[in-house]
Formats: sequence, structure tokens, C-alpha cells
Amino acid sequence: MIDVLSTVLIVMSLLAAAWAGVLVVLGRPVLLGKWDGVALVGFLLMLELALVGQAIVGFVALAGTNRDVDRLSFGGYLLGVLVILLLATAWALTERSRWGPSVLVVGCLTVPVMIVRLQQIWEPHV
Amino acid sequence: MSRHPAVAASAAATRSGPGRLLIAVYALFAVAATARSAVQIATRFNEAPVAYLLSAFAAVVYVVATAGLARGSRASRRIATVSCVVELTGVLVVGAISLAAPELFPDATVWSAFGSGYVFIPLVLPVLGLLWLRHTSPGRLARSHR
Repeated sequence: MIDVLSTVLIVMSLLAAAWAGVLVVLGRPVLLGKWDGVALVGFLLMLELALVGQAIVGFVALAGTNRDVDRLSFGGYLLGVLVILLLATAWALTERSRWGPSVLVVGCLTVPVMIVRLQQIWEPHV
Repeated sequence: MSRHPAVAASAAATRSGPGRLLIAVYALFAVAATARSAVQIATRFNEAPVAYLLSAFAAVVYVVATAGLARGSRASRRIATVSCVVELTGVLVVGAISLAAPELFPDATVWSAFGSGYVFIPLVLPVLGLLWLRHTSPGRLARSHR
């Protein structure tokens, strides 16, 4: 698929994971009433939008190829990653301790794994 | 209908603090295992029926454990405990069989080789789940609040 977009998404999700990791170390929950909470959630929203972009690009590419791609898995990963990031954010925001951002660390580290799986499904020989 | 305060406290206990993270990882495995086995069964069931049925069974166990831990009522704690024990037994038995008789598993399951394909998280998860259920048990909470 588009390597630039994948790379940007992977960097963004790793940044978000690191950011959440700092909050875990500091013992700070993600609070929407605080500026840093709003900033992190805003960043996650940008990541989610970029992942929506990836899903659109992915489905368009899938529709335009004749190659033998595992379409079910590919579509599943494209949509699944959207759901996982949203659920992780919601689950993190409703916990007012350091364990809230710990959920975001897991959620954000799942994103690059799923993007790498997408690339493997798209080009099985690489 | 109002619940007994101790029960209400323990219901919140399983999903707060470290329980948040535990349930998040459980939910991730529930989603991943369900999606994976659905694809396997829908597209190539005949290639490895035993492995794929086991994957589906593991997926159901993860879903039940996630729901049980997240709800945290007395009944769902018991359900979560049972599913953690089933999970631990599954990962140990399937892990051992997959190494001793690999020909039975033409394709990998979540529990193959003790969950080595998933950095052994399937092996660690039920142990952490059981420890967490014991840690948040109503009796223990009542003692620590006295």
C-alpha cells in the first residue's frame, strides 16, 4: 500500500504510546479537564482520523487489484484498528489513576502491529 | 434495586486500577482470537479443523473471561474464575500436545507452544487473572478496610 502513510501512522502511534507511558510513570490519569489530557486525546483523535484515511485508501486499493489478497483479513485489520483505538481511549478515560494511560500504551502499541500485519497480507512475498 | 455496599465495591474493584489494564489485554485477545478464528473457519476450515475449532473455543473463553472481569458481580467473578482455569488448562494441555505431536496441528492456535506466537501472553494472562480475582475478592477487601 502507501508506505509513507503506514510509516506516519506507525510513528504517530509509537509517539502516543510513549506519551501515555510517561503519564503511567508520573502516575497521572488522562483527564479531559486538564490541558495535557485534552492534548493527548486530540492527538489520538488525529491518529484515528489518519487510520480512517488508511481504511479508505486500503479499501480503494483492494477494489482496484486483481491479485490474490486475503480480502477478509485485510478488511478486518483496516476496520479493527479503528475500533481498538477508540475502545482503548474510552476505557482509559474512565479510569482516574495511572492505570488509565496504561490501557493507552497497550492500545497504541497494537496499532503498529496491525499495520505491519496489513503490509504482510498485502505483499505476502516481502 | 440497591446492592449491598461490599458487593458494589467489589464489582468496581475488578475493573479499576490494574484491573483496567488486565481487562484491556483480555479484551484485545477476545477480539483478536474471535476475528482470527472466524476468518479461519469461514475460509479454510478443512485445512485444520481441530486447530480452528480450538481457536474458536479459546476465543469464546477470552470473551467470557473479559465480560466476567469487567462486570465483577459475584456471579460473574465465579464465571471469570472458571474461564481463567479453563484458559490455563487449555494453554498448558494444547501447548504440550502441540510440541509433542505437532502433526495434530497443521496450523497454529493461540495456545500452540504455550502461546509463544503471542509472546507467551496467553500463558501469563490466566495466572494474572486468577491472582487479580483473589486480590479483589470481597472477603479480602472487607478485611483490608477494617
